Amino acid sequence: MCLAIPARILKIENNLAIVDTAGARREADIRMVKDVKVGEYILIHAGFAIEKVRKKEAEETLRLFREMG
Amino acid sequence: MVEFDGNTKKILLAHGSGGKLTHRLIKSFVKKFASLPLAKLDDSAVLGFKGKLALTTDSYVVNPICFPGGDIGKLAINGTINDLAMVGAKPLYLTASAIIEEGFPLLELERIVDSMKKAAQAAGVEIVAGDTKVVEKGGADKIFLTTSGVGSIDSGIDISSKNAQVGDRIILSGTIGDHGIAILSARENLNFRTKVKSDSQPLNGIVSEILKVSKKVHTLRDPTRGGLATTLNEIAEQSKVGIEIEENKIPIKEEVKGVCEMLGLDPLYIANEGKLVAFVPEKDCEKILNVLRKNRYGKDANVIGRVVSQHKGRVVVKTSVGGERVLDMLTGEQLPRIC
Amino acid sequence: MKLIDEFRDKALAERLLSKIKEFGSLRANIMEVCGTHTVVIFKQGLKGMLPDNINLLSGPGCPVCVTSQEDVDKAIELAKNREVIVTTFGDLVRVPGTNSSLEEEKASGADVRVIYSPRDALRIARENPAKKVVLLAIGFETTSPLIAASVLDARKEKMGNFFIFSTHKLIPPVMEALLESREVKIDGFICPGHVSVTIGSSAYRHIAQRYKVSCVIAGFEPLDVLQSVFMLLKQIKQNRAEVEIEYFRAVKTEGNRIAQELISEVFETADVKWRGLGIIPNSGLRLRKEFSEFDAEKELRLRPRESKENPDCACGEVLRGVKRPTQCKLYGRLCTPEEPYGPCMVSSEGTCAAYYKYS
Repeated sequence: MCLAIPARILKIENNLAIVDTAGARREADIRMVKDVKVGEYILIHAGFAIEKVRKKEAEETLRLFREMG
Repeated sequence: MVEFDGNTKKILLAHGSGGKLTHRLIKSFVKKFASLPLAKLDDSAVLGFKGKLALTTDSYVVNPICFPGGDIGKLAINGTINDLAMVGAKPLYLTASAIIEEGFPLLELERIVDSMKKAAQAAGVEIVAGDTKVVEKGGADKIFLTTSGVGSIDSGIDISSKNAQVGDRIILSGTIGDHGIAILSARENLNFRTKVKSDSQPLNGIVSEILKVSKKVHTLRDPTRGGLATTLNEIAEQSKVGIEIEENKIPIKEEVKGVCEMLGLDPLYIANEGKLVAFVPEKDCEKILNVLRKNRYGKDANVIGRVVSQHKGRVVVKTSVGGERVLDMLTGEQLPRIC
Repeated sequence: MKLIDEFRDKALAERLLSKIKEFGSLRANIMEVCGTHTVVIFKQGLKGMLPDNINLLSGPGCPVCVTSQEDVDKAIELAKNREVIVTTFGDLVRVPGTNSSLEEEKASGADVRVIYSPRDALRIARENPAKKVVLLAIGFETTSPLIAASVLDARKEKMGNFFIFSTHKLIPPVMEALLESREVKIDGFICPGHVSVTIGSSAYRHIAQRYKVSCVIAGFEPLDVLQSVFMLLKQIKQNRAEVEIEYFRAVKTEGNRIAQELISEVFETADVKWRGLGIIPNSGLRLRKEFSEFDAEKELRLRPRESKENPDCACGEVLRGVKRPTQCKLYGRLCTPEEPYGPCMVSSEGTCAAYYKYS
């Protein structure tokens, strides 16, 4: 039920951000994520940002996968 | 007197009554389409013909009528040309009928007619007969088009959805999902921006190039409504074979993937208007692929799978991580979901 | 696509799979409680890739599927009202109620509109001041903060024609209910990644401790799911019942405080009925009294319905992990995605639909 995808912030204006996923652009309400900057990634669910996707942690996750075996 | 340059700005009921306005409208169409048989204004076009005949018809009710990459006119002409090409026919003549809603702006009508003319010219096909009707406001959604086409099939060509054989390789001529996503983006209620354009284009050119290098093409289909998944299922059923495809081999534009992720859609079920799948024997596969890739309408072509004897009538996908799943036909309408 | 494609890498998947296979014949019943996990597992063919000693169960994670027949019928009744524009997320449209469905009502002239975001519903309300716009508020803790935010926006704008019909439900209570019932032995839970973005990993701690069940909060890409299965097997083998976060690039221990505050400002918990599970205490959300002016049930005086479910429909048992779809009398013969008897077949995240479409 939780379809949310990472999208990159292109522009911020008050509580709205223009975000991009592989060239598709949308508006998202960002009141639930504080301290986000242009260029960062946020998770978009039904037109709202529900959380920041932390790049370092994403890379760490991939590193854990690669270290398997 | 030409209607498109005249004083009236909108289609009136009188344009459909058969009188002077009707004649003016017809003359405007005739002038645009520049076809000798059409210019005779007889009740039927009388045409020369050789070989086996292919005949097809389609209606177009797309909403919105104008979208990134084209409009209903371009869609209609290319659609019918492609239906002929898919049985290996050389498209020769088309007809075009329009049902127009009262009040439809003539400027928009002219634009659509221009699109139809351009599309026909690009494919080397003539529009030789047509009809226009006008209905009251509310009786139609702006404009509906119906096109028919005839083509000739050379002897020795037998291309059909029933002919796929075990061992055939499946070639997809280019990226999928473009048209459906372009249409969705032009509908206001979904509120997203994308650069994706409809891929509406004529396929008769690449089909004739394929047939030049191989006489053994078994099946050709263009995956329109219901997408690639539905078309492959139809072929599997009609040919009574199993089909296996690899997700990683299917060409999809990044932007199409992005919109699909965002809206929860599956590109395999989204309509295309300028792509084909070809079922060909293994030994002809490479040369057909090369010929496609050299053509601008087939530059992203790729081998996406093969025909097998197991699971007859079903399509199985090897997923991007190496798993397997069955690919069913489309059920209902693909609605954007979040939950 | 950035942050998506890397998590679908085939070579890494093979590595994770071989690590999973190293657990040999360790038997484990692992349940996921999120419709999006159900879809990823089937769509990517993960179930078939895992060895037989691992039993992957689908639980009540599809919000449409767990909506009670009464609530579906109430939504349909709302649609019949010609003063009302019903706005809904896509999946609910085809769910069969006792006598009809939103899709059928639409074909009879009801104004039912599929929306992508609650913001769309607010826009429709602004554009149609003479109509009552009702948002069918369905979903778990990922979605309820958004609905709460929209109610607050409606209040700020003094909108008098915007209402919600809340069928929101909560995940931790249903996990507990499943464990209490002891119907199915559950060794580990794949916990929903985006619900957990809101509620945090701390929300599951008491469940892990009390019922000695291992929990891993998983992301939604295939590598996330495989890694989470690996982490669960490790816990199970080592007899640990802890809450671990695989999806730590988005999930925090404390969750998203702002989202939690939005929920508690607008909603309070209520005892609500789940399809197949009956009434679970404190498992749903209803509008607080201060926001009752946005309550569609109150505004439109929805009466309790005489709702009937098809007695042969096994959705309830499928949702509890007790039956597989193939064990339902109607599955595949009478109940298909084109002509569904129950929500598990019609929802894109329904277990029966996933079985039917992908296997």
